[in-house]
Amino acid sequence: MTMKSLFSFLFLCSLSSAVFAQQYFTRDAIVRFDATAANSPETIQAVSKSNSCVLTNEGNVEMAVLIKNFQFERALMQEHFNENYMESTKYPKAVFKGKIDNMSAVKLDKDGTYKANVSGAMTIHGVTKNINTPVDLVVKGDKISAKLAFSVQLADYKITIPNLVADKVGKTASIKLEAELVPLKK
Amino acid sequence: MTMKKLLLFALLFCAMGTSTLFAQNKEEGSLLDQLGEEKTTDKVTNGFKSPRVINSHSMEMLAPATMDFRILHRFGRISDGFYNLFGLDNATMRMGFDFGITKNLMAGIGRSTSKKEMDAFVKYRLLWQSEGEKNMPFSLVWVSGVTRNGLKSPFDNAEIPVTFSNRLSYYHAVIIGRKFSDNFTLQLEPTMVHRNIVESQQIPNNLYALGVGGRYKFTKRMALTWDYSYILNSVPGRNSSHNPLSIGLDIETGGHVFQLHFSNAVGMNERAYISDENGNWADGQIQFGFNLSRVFQLKKKSLE
Repeated sequence: MTMKSLFSFLFLCSLSSAVFAQQYFTRDAIVRFDATAANSPETIQAVSKSNSCVLTNEGNVEMAVLIKNFQFERALMQEHFNENYMESTKYPKAVFKGKIDNMSAVKLDKDGTYKANVSGAMTIHGVTKNINTPVDLVVKGDKISAKLAFSVQLADYKITIPNLVADKVGKTASIKLEAELVPLKK
Repeated sequence: MTMKKLLLFALLFCAMGTSTLFAQNKEEGSLLDQLGEEKTTDKVTNGFKSPRVINSHSMEMLAPATMDFRILHRFGRISDGFYNLFGLDNATMRMGFDFGITKNLMAGIGRSTSKKEMDAFVKYRLLWQSEGEKNMPFSLVWVSGVTRNGLKSPFDNAEIPVTFSNRLSYYHAVIIGRKFSDNFTLQLEPTMVHRNIVESQQIPNNLYALGVGGRYKFTKRMALTWDYSYILNSVPGRNSSHNPLSIGLDIETGGHVFQLHFSNAVGMNERAYISDENGNWADGQIQFGFNLSRVFQLKKKSLE
């Protein structure tokens, strides 16, 4: 074996590990939630458009949501959300760590629409719970679009709603996520 | 080194490479760490529950496109005793409308029953306390206001012509405030009040005061607040126990903020509580009062 072939072997080695570690990411995933109680006179909704998410071709997923980034229609709601309900200075981030369960059925290198299921640990307001929810993945070229929707019980995450506002703020929040991931180049 | 050894070394190197990769994937938070820590600046908010401590302006601003409707009540002196139901028989009030214009600019108007006084102010935040990439240890806020005495005969001395400008007074304050923790906020307010007409020649037209306002939040929705102004060149005949001191309780109910307090000051604007004669704390000349604040959103933010 010559020195040259050794180096090409090494090069192939490193290349294969790079392919092995293919990852997709975004910094502007959109998260919306709605915690409006039935018959509430005002809607309790918010949106945040600058959330980070990473997905590997093995199906590992991680996501971080900065609580302070949520924008509400009403400034006072936003203030109460941060101050009283989410305590965003104490718990600045919500994070998710999990995986796509049926990754064998998802071909990230092949255009198409895939029904997948994602499960893992979600931490909100300092409380970690396991969640499990379907996700729609659309692969087009090297881009992956992900869409999912699920609900959480606010009490599960120790978010207490006082009786005084119980007619406006519901006991559950429906959460929607939209993300368009692109390959992470190192 | 023989070729064989070199090959072995290369294989080991590859194996090491993949194993570190594996280790990385298993490590907590490793995936997001690859995106690198994004540098952000975190503005410090809610040092006080409202843009006023009790009487004085606080370091906080109203959000843009909101209006704060404020009703302020001051009852009579508790030392009046049972005949006046410890002051509750008498009340003066101020009604005010404050507007958030930009995130650093607000303005407001109000009218007090005492002296039928109108007042208006502009408040601008020059520096905003923040943490993170841009670290700012305190907020710096400027307030300037004007008041107009609306009484038919505003002056005891009949020789003073009752003109528009003679009815006016001005105040300027700089607020230097810091939210030290979620619970504790403290601010200093050097304040100056200028009155175009004063009661006598011995009384200076300009009064200077140093205010100290603070908050200690003891539950999510309740806080102890205090508001004191040390008047540097006091009106002759008044001593420091006439300096305005208010101690109160902020209660936030969701839509409203109630500020319940005891104070020796009757006035509800800077001109009034700094230049009017306040009760003497030492003699129990204090009154109960409350501020009620209700914030309305004038224009909703689009969530699209």
